Amino acid sequence: MSDRIASLLPESWSGAAWAATALIHVALVLCFVLISVAFFVWLERKVSARIQDRLGPTRVGGRFGWLQSPADGLKLLCKEDIIPAAADRVLFRLAPYLCFCPAFAAFAAIPLAEGWVVLRLDIAALFVLAVAGMEVFGVILAGYASGSKYSLFGAMREAAQVVSYEAPLALCLVIPVMLAGSMDLTTIAQAQAGWFTQWFLFHNPFSFAAFWVFIVCATANTNRAPFDLPEAESELVAGFMTEYSGFRWTVFFMAEYTSMLAVCLIASIAFLGGWNGPIPWTGWLGLSHSVHPLLGFVGDCVGFVNVTAKAFGGVIFIMALRWTLPRLRIDQVMAMCWKYCVPLAAVMLMGATLWLYVFPGGVIRGVGGQWSPSPAVATSWTNGGERE
Amino acid sequence: MVAITRGCDLVDQRRRAGVSFIMIAAVVWQNLLFWGFGLTASALAIGVVVSTNIVRMAVCLVMSLAAVAGLFFLADAPFLGAIQILVYVGGTMVLLVFGVMLTARLPSSSMRTNAGQWVAAIIVGAALLAVCWQACRGLAAVCARADAKEHSAARADHAGRTTTEFGLALLGVRTDAARPNGGAPVAGQGYLLPFELISLHLLAALVGAAYLARSRWNSRQNDHKRD
Repeated sequence: MSDRIASLLPESWSGAAWAATALIHVALVLCFVLISVAFFVWLERKVSARIQDRLGPTRVGGRFGWLQSPADGLKLLCKEDIIPAAADRVLFRLAPYLCFCPAFAAFAAIPLAEGWVVLRLDIAALFVLAVAGMEVFGVILAGYASGSKYSLFGAMREAAQVVSYEAPLALCLVIPVMLAGSMDLTTIAQAQAGWFTQWFLFHNPFSFAAFWVFIVCATANTNRAPFDLPEAESELVAGFMTEYSGFRWTVFFMAEYTSMLAVCLIASIAFLGGWNGPIPWTGWLGLSHSVHPLLGFVGDCVGFVNVTAKAFGGVIFIMALRWTLPRLRIDQVMAMCWKYCVPLAAVMLMGATLWLYVFPGGVIRGVGGQWSPSPAVATSWTNGGERE
Repeated sequence: MVAITRGCDLVDQRRRAGVSFIMIAAVVWQNLLFWGFGLTASALAIGVVVSTNIVRMAVCLVMSLAAVAGLFFLADAPFLGAIQILVYVGGTMVLLVFGVMLTARLPSSSMRTNAGQWVAAIIVGAALLAVCWQACRGLAAVCARADAKEHSAARADHAGRTTTEFGLALLGVRTDAARPNGGAPVAGQGYLLPFELISLHLLAALVGAAYLARSRWNSRQNDHKRD
């Protein structure tokens, strides 16, 4: 994309092209994230309503009450902005942004279709885990800076919970990284091209189990019920968000939904084939860049819809979990992580490694083809690290 | 470093063209970002020293380290940047948690540094500065050698794609090393042994920590029994 913009401008304007490319990328990702978040606000109400045998928002207007999200946003912006007297004013103001920015920055390395990525990194999976993990800072700071014991309790729970659940989360993500032979999320998704049997979810029984462990850990990592102990409104008022109102509270809310979208996108790329659909019909119709750039673009659009649909499916699943399961106790949450998730993830990793060793061709996926690292990775191994 | 040299290339191109453009075209963004990240890291590092509240200190430290990670990303070293965030920034978070848990709301929470510590800190800091200064002075020669070896355009192709070689080297395959038969890379030249040794070292540290914590816990329990 930067090449395309640079070719439109004279050579000595490369600085402007660089800035324009950066701004366009940021604007596109911001639009995608914020529209999704607004959609999730409405969706959360609808999902909860359906599970509780209600209709959900109908009175605000719009088809299916879609004006609920704009109405919510307007209400939150009009609320009074309160900073408690006991608060550390600088950190109190800083905390919401420290919470949202990492969740948003993770999208820099998440591909939304083949080549539709702000920055294609060799280590995209590691980058996303590292950057998204910084979100916990904002929460701890919010809890400390509020000057309230409920907030502090919430923040301490968040610290314990997120630091613990990052271990099994990363262990589960190692399995698709190992199966694809790369930490590049684009390469991981391309390694699953074809029918849904090529998805790493169905690669072997261990990766199938690892996907569900991943979903559990992702739910815990994003503070969603049944693991929403940092908020726990029945015990801690609203946990770390107790003292926040208006716009700052909205930023925390956006951070939660943004990180939820991020983990679901990673799950859909790493385990569910990314933009490679259950049925490879775009390939049959010739919607690829090798046929014509325009057809390739249409194919990428289909891929974008595909990966987004899978991620939104994941978000709906996590929402349904919230409205179905009762909240755990904090000691149960920690036991869940260290006694079940970590050992399970470790066993799944060992199992997947052994499976790869014993059945190099795979059982379900290896009907005809021998397993091998994806062509891009294989060439980079022999060419001394250089890619096409 | 790469960003600076690339920025210099851009400036040279512009001089050769001999034309001036509006500001936004003329700004070398890599340089601007380099100065932005660098000054942020330095200012926040001073903030760590000046601040007397441990939580604010930790916040300054976190943001300073994150700015350094930004410098790594700018220099096309995403692996180092990600590790900087994961290890250093994540490690500081533990400091933050302990700071909050142990000292946050006590009246004596503000920390003062005594004169002896100041002297020791200044000596160590000056020594480190001297080493860095020496390294910076030698940098120009290294850059020149690197430029002669590898054209900057070829380097641009490598942007963000450096980690595969690194990972393979850790597993024992050096893709950049000499290949005697001209074909596939040779196994056994890499860093597998140091890598495994470090892993064992960390494992030993973990087991040791667990053992120490456990024995102390046991002795305290015995004390209770004796009481």
